[in-house]
Amino acid sequence: MALLEVENIHTYYGSIHALKGISITVDKGEIVTLVGANGAGKSTTLNTICGVLKPRHGEIRLNGELLNALKPHEIVAKGISQAPEGRRIFSRLTVMENLEMGAYARSDRREIAKDLERVFAIFPRLKERARQVGGTLSGGEQQMLAIARALMARPRVLLLDEPSMGLAPILVQEIFSVIREINQQGTTILLVEQNVNMALQIAQRGYVLETGRVALQGSAKELRENPRVRAVYLGETLHA
Amino acid sequence: MKLLSVVRAGIRNGLIVGAVAVFIVLIGMVQTFAKRYLVSDLTLSTVILVAFGLAAGALAAQQVSRNTTQLGSKVLAAAVSGLITGVMLALLLLVVSQVPLRDVLVNATPEMVAALSFGLPLSGAALLLIGLSVVMAVLAVLYGLLPSRVRRALLEGIMAVTLIGIFWEAIVGLDVSRLVMKFLGVKAGKVLPLPAGLGLLILVSLVTYVWRAHPQSNVTVRRTGEGLRRYVSLVLIAGALIALPFAVGLFWSQTLTTIGLFTLMGLGLNIVVGMAGLLDLGYVAFYAIGAYAMALFSSPASSLHIGLPFWVALPIALLFAAISGILLGIPVLRLRGDYLAIVTLGFGEIIRILALSDVLKPYIGGPQGIMETPSPFFFGIQMNDPRYLYYLILAACLVVVFLSLRLNDSRIGRAWIAVREDEDVAQAMGINLVAAKLMAFAIGASFAGVGGAIFAARQGAIFPMDFTLFVSINVLCLIIIGGIGSIPGVITGAFFLIGLPEVLREVDEYRILAYGAGLVIMMLVRPEGLIPSARRRLELHEAEDQGELAAYTVS
Ligand SMILES: Nc1ncnc2c1ncn2[C@@H]1O[C@H](COP(=O)(O)OP(=O)(O)OP(=O)(O)O)[C@@H](O)[C@H]1O
Ligand SMILES: [Mg+2]
Repeated sequence: MALLEVENIHTYYGSIHALKGISITVDKGEIVTLVGANGAGKSTTLNTICGVLKPRHGEIRLNGELLNALKPHEIVAKGISQAPEGRRIFSRLTVMENLEMGAYARSDRREIAKDLERVFAIFPRLKERARQVGGTLSGGEQQMLAIARALMARPRVLLLDEPSMGLAPILVQEIFSVIREINQQGTTILLVEQNVNMALQIAQRGYVLETGRVALQGSAKELRENPRVRAVYLGETLHA
Repeated sequence: MKLLSVVRAGIRNGLIVGAVAVFIVLIGMVQTFAKRYLVSDLTLSTVILVAFGLAAGALAAQQVSRNTTQLGSKVLAAAVSGLITGVMLALLLLVVSQVPLRDVLVNATPEMVAALSFGLPLSGAALLLIGLSVVMAVLAVLYGLLPSRVRRALLEGIMAVTLIGIFWEAIVGLDVSRLVMKFLGVKAGKVLPLPAGLGLLILVSLVTYVWRAHPQSNVTVRRTGEGLRRYVSLVLIAGALIALPFAVGLFWSQTLTTIGLFTLMGLGLNIVVGMAGLLDLGYVAFYAIGAYAMALFSSPASSLHIGLPFWVALPIALLFAAISGILLGIPVLRLRGDYLAIVTLGFGEIIRILALSDVLKPYIGGPQGIMETPSPFFFGIQMNDPRYLYYLILAACLVVVFLSLRLNDSRIGRAWIAVREDEDVAQAMGINLVAAKLMAFAIGASFAGVGGAIFAARQGAIFPMDFTLFVSINVLCLIIIGGIGSIPGVITGAFFLIGLPEVLREVDEYRILAYGAGLVIMMLVRPEGLIPSARRRLELHEAEDQGELAAYTVS
C-alpha cells in the first residue's frame, strides 16, 4: 500500500472544473514529482491533499486512512505539511517564530527541539538569522525558511510547491540538493516543479499534468526519455 | 543656495502654517482657551499663537537645511515664513473685526477679535501678531542651533511646565494637595504663578541636563539593582494604586473609574484587533450587552423583576457577552479586513437600535432604558461611592491584565498571531481557524461585558445612548495611540484619551478633531504607539536596522 494515495479526485473553483480525475500515489521514502504547464492544476492538487480545497469526487488516503472529511489543521496533525507556492512565510515574525509556528500542531517539546537542531543543520543560514524578521530575508533564504517551517511539523509526506521559483541558478542547485538530503533523512516528498529537468533528476517517479488530468506518468528515467516530455518540458527541438 | 529658492521655501511653509492657523482660529479654538492660563499672565490662546510662529519657522528652516547649512538662509526662510503666517493671522483679525461674518462662520465673534488682539487697538494688534510670529520663527531656528543636550533639557523643562500649568487647577484641587497646603500653611490660586513656572522650567531643565551627563552610570545602577528596583517599584505602584482614590477625591475617583472601564474594553479589543488582527468596529455592542444583562438581572425595576445580587449577575453578564461574541463571530468567520470592519460596525449599530426599538421596549425599556440597577455589596458595604467602585474596577483590570499577559504567551496567543499574519498559512500550520477566531471574539467580548456590567452598576440607570459608535471609536483610538498589542500601552492610552478630556474641559468640544489630529500625528511620528509592544517595535524599527546590517554583511 502506498503511503499517500490520491484517487480520481475532482476539484472545482465554483463552476470551474480544475481537477478532472487525478490519481497519484506516493510510496514511503520516495520523491515523486508533479510537473506541468502553468494552470495545469499542480497547486490545486496539493491544496486538495492539504484539505484547503475539498474534492467533489474521489478519495485521498494517508496510510489507508481516508482524509477527505478532515479539516486542514487535522490533516497537518495526521502528517502532511506543505511549503506553499510563493513561500508565504510570516514576514513580520522572526525566523525562529516562523519555525515554532511550523511545529504548532505538535506538543512533544523535546522532539521539537531536536527537529529545530536538525533543521538548523540542514539550513545553517537560518540559524545565523534566527532572530531576524522573515520579511527581511533574501528570496532564497525565505524559500529555505518555508521548507524548514514545513519540516518542523515532522511530516510523513512533505509537499513542496515550486521551491525553485525565482531563484538564481546556483541557489536552485542548492535547494535541490537540500531536498534530496531531506528525503535521504527519511521524509517522503511530493514535489511540484517548473524546473522539469532538475525535478526529474532527483525524483524516482513523476506525473505530467495537463489541464486538470494526468497526461503521462512513469519513472523519472522513462519521463526523461519520453519525446513529448523532451519537446514540451525540457525544451529540446524534436527534429533538430 | 539661491536667494529666490530660500524665499520661496519661506513663503510656501508660511502659507501652509498660516492656513492651518486660520483654520484653528476659525473653529474657535483660540478664543476657547483665552480664559485658560498656563502660568499667570500667559493664556493658552497666546501659547497657541506663539506655536504657530514656531512651527512656521521650524518647518521653513528644516526645508532649507536640506540644501544648505548657511545660518543666514535658514533665518531668512524662517523669518519670511513667520511673516507670512503672521500676516495671514493679522488679515484674519482685520476681516473678522470689520466684516460681519457670523452668519457663515459661527465663531467669528467679538471674543475671537479679543483673543487675537490682546486688548490692543486693531492696528497695533495686527502689528503685534506679525511681529510675534516673525520673532518666534527666528527663535525656532536659534533653538535648533543649540547643542542637542541643551535642546533636550529645555524641551523637557517646557513640557514639565506645560503639563503642570495645564493641570494646575486639578492638582491643587486634589485632596492630598489640600492637606499638604494646609500643613505648610500656604494657599494656591487657580493658576501656576509665573515665578514658580520659571523656577520649574529652570529646575527641570538643569536636572535633565545633569542627568544626561552620566548615561553610563545610569545603566550600571540599573544592572546592579535590578531585582531590588523591580520589587521596590512594584510595592510603590501597588501602594499608589491603593491610596489613589483617597488622595484624589471624589471627582477624580469617578474619572478614574471611567478610565478603568475603558482600560477593560481596551484590553479586550486589544485581543481581537491587536493579537488576532480582526478589525472589530462594533465592539461597543458587547459593552452594551454586558450592561443590559447586568441591569436586567439585578435591577428590581427591570422586566425580569428578579433583582439578583451584583456578584451573581456579573457572571451572567460575562456569559451573555461571550456568547454574543461567538454569535457575531460565526457569520463573519470568512470575512477579512475591510469587510469584517463594515459588518461589525453594522452589528454595533444593530444592538443599539434594538435597544432603542419599540419591539423590545417591554423588555429592556426602549429609550427610557433600565433604572435602579443597585451598586454591588461587598461584605455588607454598599459600593455606591466611586472610591469603592474604583477598587472593584481596579481588581477587574488586574485580572484582565493578568489574563492578557498569560494569553500573550500561550498557544492560542501564537495561533492568533499566525491568523493575523496570514490566515491561509496559519491553517496550513495546523491552526484551527474557526476555534482561534471564535475564541478571540468570545474573550474580547467577555472583557467588554464585564466592563459594561460594572458600568451599569455604577450608573444605576442605563440608556441606549450610552452605547454609541463613539465608544467603539474611542476604544480603538486608545489602543492605537497607546500601542496596539501592548498592555501598558492600552492603559496609557486610556489615561490620555479618557482622562485628558476630563481635565481639559475645553478640549471636549474638539475631542473628535483632537482624536483625528492625534491619530494622524501618531501615525506619522510614532506609528507603533506611545508604549509599543516588543513585537511592533521589532516590526517597525528593527527591520530597518537589520536591513542596514544585512546590506553591510553582503558588501
Ligand atoms: N482561487 C481560484 N479561483 C478560480 N480558479 C482558480 C483558482 N485557483 C486556481 N484556479 C484555476 O485552476 C486552474 C489550476 O490552477 P493551479 O494554480 O492549480 O495551476 P498550477 O498548475 O499550480 O500552475 P502554476 O504552475 O502557474 O502555479 C487554473 O486554470 C487556474 O486559473
Ligand atoms: Mg501553482
